[in-house]
Amino acid sequence: MSVNIMLYKITLVVYIAATILFLIDVLLRRTSLGNYARGTLLIGLLVHTATLATRYAEVGQTPVANLHEALSFFAWMLIGSYLLIDLRYRLDSLGVMVCPLAVIMLLAGGVIFYEVPHQNPMLDSWWFPVHVTLAFAGYAVFTLAFLVGIMYLLQERMLKTKSFSGLYYRLPSLDILDIINYRCLSFGFPLMTMAIITGAVWANQAWGGYWRWDPKETSALVTWFLYAALLHGRLNVGWRGRRAAIVAIIGFIFLIFSLFGVNLMLSDEHSFDAFKSLR
Amino acid sequence: MNILVVGLSHKTAPVHIRERVAFAPTAMQEPLHQLLTLPSIAETVVVSTCNRVEIYATSRDTESAVAQIRRFLAEFHNIEPDELNPHLYDYTGGEAIHHLFRVASSLDSMIVGEPQILGQIKTAYGYATEFKTVGLILNRFLHKAFSVAKRVRTETEIASNAVSVSFAAVELARKIFGQLENKTVMLIGAGEMCELAARHFVNNGVTNVLVTNRTFARAEKLALEFSGRPVLFENFADHLDQVDIVLASTGAPDFVLEHATLEAVIKKRRNRPMFLIDIAVPRDIDPRINDIDNIYLYDVDDLQEVIQANMKERQKEAKKAEILVLAEVDQFHQWLGTLDVVPTIVALRSKFEQIRKDEVAKTLSRFEALGTKERKAIEAMTSAIINKALHHPVTVLKQCSDDTSCDVYVDAVRTLFDLAPPEPVADQKASLEEFNDQAIKESQVQWPKK
Repeated sequence: MSVNIMLYKITLVVYIAATILFLIDVLLRRTSLGNYARGTLLIGLLVHTATLATRYAEVGQTPVANLHEALSFFAWMLIGSYLLIDLRYRLDSLGVMVCPLAVIMLLAGGVIFYEVPHQNPMLDSWWFPVHVTLAFAGYAVFTLAFLVGIMYLLQERMLKTKSFSGLYYRLPSLDILDIINYRCLSFGFPLMTMAIITGAVWANQAWGGYWRWDPKETSALVTWFLYAALLHGRLNVGWRGRRAAIVAIIGFIFLIFSLFGVNLMLSDEHSFDAFKSLR
Repeated sequence: MNILVVGLSHKTAPVHIRERVAFAPTAMQEPLHQLLTLPSIAETVVVSTCNRVEIYATSRDTESAVAQIRRFLAEFHNIEPDELNPHLYDYTGGEAIHHLFRVASSLDSMIVGEPQILGQIKTAYGYATEFKTVGLILNRFLHKAFSVAKRVRTETEIASNAVSVSFAAVELARKIFGQLENKTVMLIGAGEMCELAARHFVNNGVTNVLVTNRTFARAEKLALEFSGRPVLFENFADHLDQVDIVLASTGAPDFVLEHATLEAVIKKRRNRPMFLIDIAVPRDIDPRINDIDNIYLYDVDDLQEVIQANMKERQKEAKKAEILVLAEVDQFHQWLGTLDVVPTIVALRSKFEQIRKDEVAKTLSRFEALGTKERKAIEAMTSAIINKALHHPVTVLKQCSDDTSCDVYVDAVRTLFDLAPPEPVADQKASLEEFNDQAIKESQVQWPKK
């Protein structure tokens, strides 16, 4: 077993431990466990960072070239951005959703091949790491916006209909959820914008054209417009709360489609090698 | 020595019995001293609140102690024993420990999780220490009860959800707005309930208060109380766009706030959320307003439902607390068991015997040339040293058996010679300090208003 695979497995185990701690913290309301869960998650993130570093050393290129690597990188960004937001807002109820998500991603990534992707001369460019890092950071932040949006809708429903389940006591206030929705948007949107721009520059270098309307580019652009509309609505029209939450959820569905769906259904330069070999 | 409790509570006695049996908080010396003169009682603490009267004591003969306390309660309060006895309960040993831990943790309270009972027990303990009716066991017992109560409070959410209308309103506002700082409350009308709720909001961080009333003078008066601003009733709606929380309780027969008004207001507020509380009957606010996005309208019934939900949540937390309490009861019961004289003497002797054996073996192994005779002499000599050294302490322990000082000796011997299992002493100092600060403030006995 290579060092990389071993570290990958350790990361997975630590994330599972953090998930269990968060579950006990939130479901059984042992709130004193929250900080242990955070600590565990931080350790997991550090091990995960080491995993990615060894992967980089083994493969010799930024490790986001196949689905296994993409899932791992996504999970890493997701946990990282959650911990950043959590620094300020202390949201155990978000942690309990984010952690299992990362676990699922790593499990899925672990089932699919660890093998090293083909060396693709196209990926041998400085624009590649910049483009994927920006893109995945954006994905991660928008995933948080999606989760927070769901939490908002649940909490809002209970406050409106005045029927309170155990969830009511565990979810944070509407105000905080709405603020985080906005924060995610105000970080995620510039990240996504820059990802698209760097992608275009890179494409120009590789193929001599900025934009080719391949399905990935098209769906990313649609998603971008959706988030742009949300940002505009928030800043200029006074959208907030329920509406902002709903748009963030729809945006995420588009995002997931452009991240995985397009690759599953269509073949183009953005597809992961993994899927090619599946077909 | 064993622990026991005799008493009655809201669960066993109606108020007309409880009020006759209650002890006046200003005259505790007399009953405490009388209790101590009872032949079977070594130490005592009297807890007396409007919901319970309980006498905790230690005794070597719990059966007669219980009978004596029952008689004392009837005689002291001039009640026929036949009238009083059906309402009294008594527990001894582990059950008594369990009872106090539950009471102090507010698991036995009328409203589970209410915080006053702990302060009241602290005050009761304060009187007992002041009049010197407690010794080692009750000291430890009460301190342990305080620390158990504290654990229950911090490790469960038993007291975290409001069970009164005005607190429930504040909590709902927190779920909507997060923080209440810099929020604005408007009072429409001046009902008593409205005023109380407004006070809770101000205590929880709300900074701006607007008051409107059909009689402007009353609005002015109330605004002064909250250092807020009075607003003319004729055009109070013009101010609504600055208001986050509305408390309405006018005597008006029709709606004071209409759907169309609020629709315009929320647009002007750019959808910043509003929380409307309608305490009036008949209602002041059109219930259809709840359908507007970002407005949350609650009437009295809605708030009652929130309280019901909170009560259920407290019951769930109470189950967690019961488990926690049981573990603590076991631990304390164990410690109490170590205070028996005979096992202590046995433990002391075997400890010394072990030391003697180890040391003799160590020495003899270095002098292998010694004959059997010499070896026997060394064994005999060391045994004699130990017996002589232990003679007096053991005699004292044996003789003291009916005295409260005995517990002190036994405990000291166990501590000095490291005979005791882990003991519940860690939190003593902290809870004593807390006692000094809070006890008197928290725990004045309050009878319900008639």
